[in-house]
Amino acid sequence: MNELKAKPIYLDYQATTPTDPRVVEAMLPYFTEKFGNPHSRNHSFGWEAEDAVEVARGQVAKIIGASAKEVIFTSGATESNNLALKGVMKFYGKKKPHMITVVTEHKCVLDSARHLEQEGYKVTYLGVKENGLIDLEELKAAITDETALVSVMGVNNEIGVIQPLKEIGAICRERKVFFHTDCAQAVGKIDLDVEDMNIDLMSISGHKIYGPKGIGALYVRRRPRVRVIAQITGGGQERGMRSGTLPTPLIVGLGKACDILSNEMAEENARIKELRDYTLQRFRDRLDDIYLNGDEEARVCGNLNVSFAYVEGESLQMDIKNIAVSSGSACTSASLEPSYVLRALGVDEELAHTSLRIGIGRYTTKEELDEAIDSISTAVERLREMSPLWEMAQEGIDIKSIEWAEH
Amino acid sequence: MAYSEKLIDHYENPRNVGSMDKNESFVGTGLVGAPACGDVMKLQIKVTPEGIIEDAKFKTFGCGSAIASSSLITEWVKGKSLDEAGAIKNSQIAEELALPPVKIHCSILAEDAIKAAISDYKSKNGAADAAE
Repeated sequence: MNELKAKPIYLDYQATTPTDPRVVEAMLPYFTEKFGNPHSRNHSFGWEAEDAVEVARGQVAKIIGASAKEVIFTSGATESNNLALKGVMKFYGKKKPHMITVVTEHKCVLDSARHLEQEGYKVTYLGVKENGLIDLEELKAAITDETALVSVMGVNNEIGVIQPLKEIGAICRERKVFFHTDCAQAVGKIDLDVEDMNIDLMSISGHKIYGPKGIGALYVRRRPRVRVIAQITGGGQERGMRSGTLPTPLIVGLGKACDILSNEMAEENARIKELRDYTLQRFRDRLDDIYLNGDEEARVCGNLNVSFAYVEGESLQMDIKNIAVSSGSACTSASLEPSYVLRALGVDEELAHTSLRIGIGRYTTKEELDEAIDSISTAVERLREMSPLWEMAQEGIDIKSIEWAEH
Repeated sequence: MAYSEKLIDHYENPRNVGSMDKNESFVGTGLVGAPACGDVMKLQIKVTPEGIIEDAKFKTFGCGSAIASSSLITEWVKGKSLDEAGAIKNSQIAEELALPPVKIHCSILAEDAIKAAISDYKSKNGAADAAE
């Protein structure tokens, strides 16, 4: 085929990000000439690799206000979350078999919690308010003498809302409970400081911050010391918490990605926020009946989760083939379940089926957004013309007043 | 998910989108599905005194497969008698559009919609038709 297909516009930065070319450049030598095993103590190949790993450890630590010794490398935030939850509960669980988390957490946190429950641990799942944030009083009330751990994500992956980490950290410290936070979506988007926020464990992902896939980190506080039972055992690397030869190139990449953010995130986030606000305004100018899901203020700059009422999300996506976004509706399963996060917010199920997550990031341009806004709006208009629910709304019929046969 | 060309064609160029006056005696309306489940189909037929479906219109809230299924069934029922239209099976729709297994419910919804429209027409036009 000679026909050149236009490359789709990427607006799914919460799913993953492209690796920054500067990151790739920093990584490359560690695949070839600097290939040593960082755990080899007897020759310069090993020392060279070890030095690079330690530089990266420092770069990761810096962006969260930690010391390098408190950072251990993992394969990604999923592993970090598994290690934090299972590792802490299995160490402290005999005396304190209870932990607290939130219904809108990432699946890997919720699934780790489920596994712990199956093993006899007790888990409290906090709900969220309509804006997606937890109620601090509810958290306080849930903590008991048996609670070992509270795990609350920094930024939600679907709706981008920012939980009050500092307030949560203060409550946990006062009640002598460890505080873990999944910050896969928060690093580089909001200012993080493990001291100021009293965070004891923090999960970090490489590929959400323009680093490579397959690398992440877990911050584990040293003073007061947090102990975790390793989930992957072997040679005792990473202070015994995570065995396995460290992937030097990936670690160098994660370090470089953090280093870039340390220098550029303020400027970058200001630019992205401007684009986000512009996009939302243009949608609101053109279309009626659109709703932003999640708090409008306490949210990261790159996330727009919008419900386009009366238009089903998957059909909308089919119409905008030139734009890569994510739909809040998972109409691919037989159960036709809309997003559990939107449901937890109390978003009406029919609205939950109409949502798109538009993720704006480092390489998004205003021109791309203009095209996306136009394309999405045109699709919404076309599909509304085809929607019986839109027709009823125009006729003033309340769709809630109809007795639908749920199937 | 890879969709068939026929499905995409019906989604991109849906046939017979629109509405008829549901109060007319010669119009039968079927409204099936539920917004909370992510799909709602409205299918309307215009029936001649001889019992032939002269025209059909639809509006659908749902995924691409649901839109394509409703578009296809409006094409199929035109010119058919009520009995013929009522005999259309969801499996025929699923086969024609090559629906993936998770989308079979869309074809079931289309079958339900035409049956509901026929039954609405019959109930409006009294026992005479219904008893035939």
